[in-house]
Amino acid sequence: MNSDEVIEHLVSAIRQAETVLCQDVVNALEQAKEEESGAARVQLEAMLKNVDAARDGSIPMCQDTGIQTFIVHVGAKFPGLSSLRSQIIDAVRRATSEIPLRPNTVHPFTGENPGDNVGEHIPYISWDIVDGDTCVIDLLPKGGGSENCGALGMLPPGVGIKGVKRFVVDYVVGCAGKPCPPGIVGVGIGGGADLSLKLAKLSLLRPVGSRHPEGNVAALEEELRDLINTSGIGPMGMGGKTTCLDVHIEYAHRHPASLPVGIVYQCWSDRRARVTIDAHGKIEVT
Amino acid sequence: MERILTTPISELQARGLHVGDVIYITGTIFTARDEAHLMMLEHGEPLPIDGLAVYHCGPVVQKKDDKWRIVSAGPTTSARMEIFEDRFLEKFPVRVIIGKGGMGENTLAALHKVGAVYTHYTGGAGALAARAISEVSDVYWLDKLGMPEAVWVLSVEEFGPLTVTMDAHGESLYDTVGKTVSENMKTIHDRIERST
Repeated sequence: MNSDEVIEHLVSAIRQAETVLCQDVVNALEQAKEEESGAARVQLEAMLKNVDAARDGSIPMCQDTGIQTFIVHVGAKFPGLSSLRSQIIDAVRRATSEIPLRPNTVHPFTGENPGDNVGEHIPYISWDIVDGDTCVIDLLPKGGGSENCGALGMLPPGVGIKGVKRFVVDYVVGCAGKPCPPGIVGVGIGGGADLSLKLAKLSLLRPVGSRHPEGNVAALEEELRDLINTSGIGPMGMGGKTTCLDVHIEYAHRHPASLPVGIVYQCWSDRRARVTIDAHGKIEVT
Repeated sequence: MERILTTPISELQARGLHVGDVIYITGTIFTARDEAHLMMLEHGEPLPIDGLAVYHCGPVVQKKDDKWRIVSAGPTTSARMEIFEDRFLEKFPVRVIIGKGGMGENTLAALHKVGAVYTHYTGGAGALAARAISEVSDVYWLDKLGMPEAVWVLSVEEFGPLTVTMDAHGESLYDTVGKTVSENMKTIHDRIERST
């Protein structure tokens, strides 16, 4: 496996995520624009113009290029595993100077910023071992404004799914325009405190409009989306019908005494890309 | 209504704007986030800023051939500046604030007092903003504050669309939206209660 080639493809995947908005999100923003008027429509028009400007100029859509996040699903028999971590880190350093990205890693105690988007535990890499010999790396660079609108509710199980609905809707509506709506609300239900938030983040990898394979979960996704959109917060909190483009839910079994609900919000600039590497070193960026 | 304002913007022009107006700015604007606000309040303005617009923004900037170039420069969340924006407005005669998410009642009162407006620029529209910035004319406190927090002085052409969301007449779009949302939340909670 050619290491330079892996790094090069990872850099181009970061560039793609930062500069080209996925078509499912563009479609959803265009549809929202048709349904809005006044200040809300001005916002959506500016977003779509921004998408064009970023793609045409190959420049980051948002100046907050985020914390670089990689969700790795690696086959147990994938031959390139041993050097993958260092390749991801090298790719982040190169992307920071080449694209360029804003230096976004700050030491929490000293305030020092190394300037290359690399630091303790950052880039954030999540490792999941799967069957087979292929490696799939999902990129989800995420800005601070929307990440600040994440939340954890350790609800008493007695409140039931109704309580989950209240928690999610009240929280997201309370954030108003802060997370750059209309975005995607990721919800993780069950597991523990950490797992519910992790599931919420993983749910953001799904395209806008995709539904959970289980019917009752899919119905809850649509119900929450419609409830949030009844709030009237609208694009960028300026009032309107579109407060979120979608709600995605993932769940885990829970402890009898716990009902954790994790919320991770992704802004309208829902940046995603995927790198697939097969056992022979053939690489694809999508 | 839509209009293009050229800096320096007068107090009269600012007082002539109302919530819902969409403006574009041509001329000079400068960035200031949390740290730059504190620096200016302590040390004074680094450039003459009468009639300019202050932009809540931490841009991505690149140096090429010894010249700074803005890569991406969308707005940051203005609410963080609420703790000192009223003092800032009373000390420095800017006429337009550009940011996102809106600000609170202290800023609203100061806008009325000094004759200025708060305008909302689309969050995340960093590439669109960069296209309207023709030049970086200066930068202050870069070494001390770093790239996102430094004061970047920018020449802009038809920078916008900027929606006036808080005006000098005490009106705030956020208050109006907030009232509508509170009403709607009653319906939403009813629907949740009735759901299975």
